Amino acid sequence: MDLIHYLVLSMLLFIIGAAGFIIKKNVISVFLCLELMLNAVNLSFVAFAKHLNQVQGQIFVFLVMVVAAAEAAVGLAITIVLYRNRKTLSVDDADSMKW
Amino acid sequence: MMETALFYFFGVIALLSAINVVAQRKVFYSAISLIICLCAVAALYMTLEAPFIAAIQIIVYAGAIMVLFVFVIMLLDPFSAAVLRDKKKPLSYLAVLLAILVLTALYPILRSFDPAQTPRMVDSMSGDAASIKHLGQVLFTQFLVPFEVTSVLILVAIIGVVVLARRQS
Repeated sequence: MDLIHYLVLSMLLFIIGAAGFIIKKNVISVFLCLELMLNAVNLSFVAFAKHLNQVQGQIFVFLVMVVAAAEAAVGLAITIVLYRNRKTLSVDDADSMKW
Repeated sequence: MMETALFYFFGVIALLSAINVVAQRKVFYSAISLIICLCAVAALYMTLEAPFIAAIQIIVYAGAIMVLFVFVIMLLDPFSAAVLRDKKKPLSYLAVLLAILVLTALYPILRSFDPAQTPRMVDSMSGDAASIKHLGQVLFTQFLVPFEVTSVLILVAIIGVVVLARRQS
């Protein structure tokens, strides 16, 4: 299997995630699309690691997963605080810092 | 031959479940189809000879992070309208158009990329690419400092979550 096939699949997953990031209104849905984009990038990292016969790409995936876990934990805590204070999860309702 | 079949099988599953993540109106169903997508990508990691990454994809990503998501969805009263509601934005078709535009712009760039021209470094591994032993050796020697920094990051995240989620009295 060529590298290019994996890169095209990774690109499609990333584009779907990016489109969802723009379309979705619910904060948790936006987070899910963010995870989808991270996952697409991880796939291309592993594909390149196989192609170049190097292990460093897999270590980058490992680090990306750690950062994704930390980001998901903090983001979901912010979501809970938002729901507690505003009783909403819509990204359009949390616009206090918008002008 | 086998690898091609596996690639197309799991690639189609990953793509369909990714589309379902975006198309689904209910957040909980979105989360479930993201779990399916993550498992399909883990299977693709196995075809790419990365068994360790595939294992932590299942255990950490699909196991821990997604359980966190489902917990939060359940915690936030999943039957209230505020959580369930995910109305389409009026200009959402524009996002789909833009996505297709970016796709058509990116594809020729990808096609012009010639994998044969990139240097193949063969010094670091032999035969069984990415054996877990080799991965561990590189992770704990060459990448020791980034590895330790991630533990600080996790600590910061833990403290931040506790401070944020604490009920103000």
